[in-house]
Amino acid sequence: MPEAAGEAVTAPRRGFFQSSVRSLESVAETLLVPTVALAASLVLFGVFLALIGTDPFAVYVSIYQGAFGSWFSWQNTLARAGPLMLTALCTALPARLGLIVIGGEGALVVGAVATVAAAAALAGAPSVAVITLMMLAGMGAGALWIGAAGWLRHYRGVNETIATLILNYIAIALMSQLVVGAMRDPTVVHRPSSWHVGEANMIGAIPGMDVHWGLALGVGVCVLLYILMQHTVFGFAAQIIGGNIRAARMSGIPVGLVTVVVCCLAGAAAGLAGAIEIAAVQGRASSSIVVGYGYTGILVAFVARQNPLAVIPVAILLGGIRASGGLLQRWHGLPDATVLVLQGIIFVLILASEPLYGRLHRLRARG
Amino acid sequence: MTPVEEVSALGWWGVPVAVLAGALRVSTPFLFVSLGECLTEKSGRINLGLEGNLVMGAMSGYGIAYLTGSPWLGVLVAGLAGMVLGAIHATICGRPRVNDIAVGIALMLFGVGLAFFLGKPFIQPKAPLLPSIELGWWSHIPQVRAALEVNTLFLIGLFLVPLMMWFLTRTRWGLIVRAVGENADAARAIGYPVNSVRFGSTVVGGFLAGVGGSFLSLYYPGSWNEGLSSGQGLMAVALVIFARWEPLRCLYAALLFGAAGSLGPALQSVGITQGYYLFNAAPYLLTLIIMIISSSPRRALAGAPGELSVMK
Repeated sequence: MPEAAGEAVTAPRRGFFQSSVRSLESVAETLLVPTVALAASLVLFGVFLALIGTDPFAVYVSIYQGAFGSWFSWQNTLARAGPLMLTALCTALPARLGLIVIGGEGALVVGAVATVAAAAALAGAPSVAVITLMMLAGMGAGALWIGAAGWLRHYRGVNETIATLILNYIAIALMSQLVVGAMRDPTVVHRPSSWHVGEANMIGAIPGMDVHWGLALGVGVCVLLYILMQHTVFGFAAQIIGGNIRAARMSGIPVGLVTVVVCCLAGAAAGLAGAIEIAAVQGRASSSIVVGYGYTGILVAFVARQNPLAVIPVAILLGGIRASGGLLQRWHGLPDATVLVLQGIIFVLILASEPLYGRLHRLRARG
Repeated sequence: MTPVEEVSALGWWGVPVAVLAGALRVSTPFLFVSLGECLTEKSGRINLGLEGNLVMGAMSGYGIAYLTGSPWLGVLVAGLAGMVLGAIHATICGRPRVNDIAVGIALMLFGVGLAFFLGKPFIQPKAPLLPSIELGWWSHIPQVRAALEVNTLFLIGLFLVPLMMWFLTRTRWGLIVRAVGENADAARAIGYPVNSVRFGSTVVGGFLAGVGGSFLSLYYPGSWNEGLSSGQGLMAVALVIFARWEPLRCLYAALLFGAAGSLGPALQSVGITQGYYLFNAAPYLLTLIIMIISSSPRRALAGAPGELSVMK
């Protein structure tokens, strides 16, 4: 109390200076805390590697090599970062409303299935039209998938976290059924797969880079949704709902509508990731699109503190770690789950670092 | 040993027999995880990471059984592994402003990843499995006898149900757990150590989930591989909501989920292979439908602990 009173007295004189120091501090903090958590996870993972008898320094050198060491590994990293950005948005956007949505994997899968279906329905049309509609179909399917969870949350009170996680399993079961049944291409023998969308309808690489357009789409969608959530009335309404849902209701915000729309946007982003995986990489739907982009996306969203703009660099970082998995297997004989362990440690420590926010300010106030 | 082989001779009667066999077998992990989660949630905290405990329990139980030759030691170690994960969850969630649901997701991914990492050497070897008890001695039909072969862990789970009911409603400690879960501020004002009570509840819950995992690898299906669990730990969390935080209803719900889970293989055994994956999705659909029916947008569910974050 005495502190507060003193501040009030001196506020007119030091107001501007203080507030700019505060905002600088908060920026420093949002960068510092996750960095410390990341560094701590690297140390912890290093101890784990040393315990199982692997040289942690050699492993970290390999991770760097595999992720950012050469142009080739950069391409690998960036190709993975695109879908990760989009699946991260699936968690980051509803987080603004105070919802924890973890259905990115499921939305990606239904998006992929819808993309393949759209390509088949439009066979023979000019490829520009087919590609556009494939992307829209993927986004639409994802939007419906997560939008349904948002609707259930608001109008039926169903917990969105458990519902979206269950929807992941249902989406995968649905795809598994379709690729052995209605969508099956019998000419593919090594694993049940759907028909191919057609070579003409595949989207190519960004000129000058060997990275497909998924990266540009991911960055673009992140920027667009950042502007929407940060600089529009709609985004402000979403933020009020997340802060105090009763106040939002009192001030006349259509809470249900905003909730469903935000969830639809989130699902559309993940659905687009599925569409890109089909149109740029796989060509057909099969179990090989279920590689955990959705789950790593959750981690990306939490490390980025649910900020769509911060999602971009974090997705590149974690895309790099994923890209180095193959190298770790080949050079160090580590199992493919190594990356999962590292990701898990990062996730746990990022959440454990949450109480550190606000410490910087308190330290200064005390001193 | 799989229900598919057992019932093939019975024709159409095979379906209900296989579903019964499935209800008795498949339900055990559900039962253990949901009882553990029930205790944790009664203390006002949700641990969404029990899927990680389950998979870690399955891996460590199998590994220890293979290395020592004793499946029961495996069960114990599986429980201890679950306990460690529960302790991590409880420690992090005991700090201010930490979201217990998010920590649960993180620990689920961590537990599953760690189990896959450490479990790589145990995918090939054959570990000694848990013995079973024949309850079908009265029948002359081998299929029925096989269906009624139950595992000791299932019986232990059955015994845990009244034990947990007695603990929660008839003991002083149970009352403290419920008080902490109902209103943490009031409990703190009386002088109960809220964080320690929740720590204990989460650790015991984690232990039970780990034991549930050992059932998967040491009895049915009875091997360790990365596809062993298909979200049972997660469904069990949803199941506790359906059971309205009552141990006895957890048992019924676990049996129901076990039956739903064995519908796909049972139908396949009588030649219905169409829609196999869709029938396999039956437990997930059931979970979702049950959640939609039992939730309400306006009021907290009857019996829900007041402090529970999923219910707010």
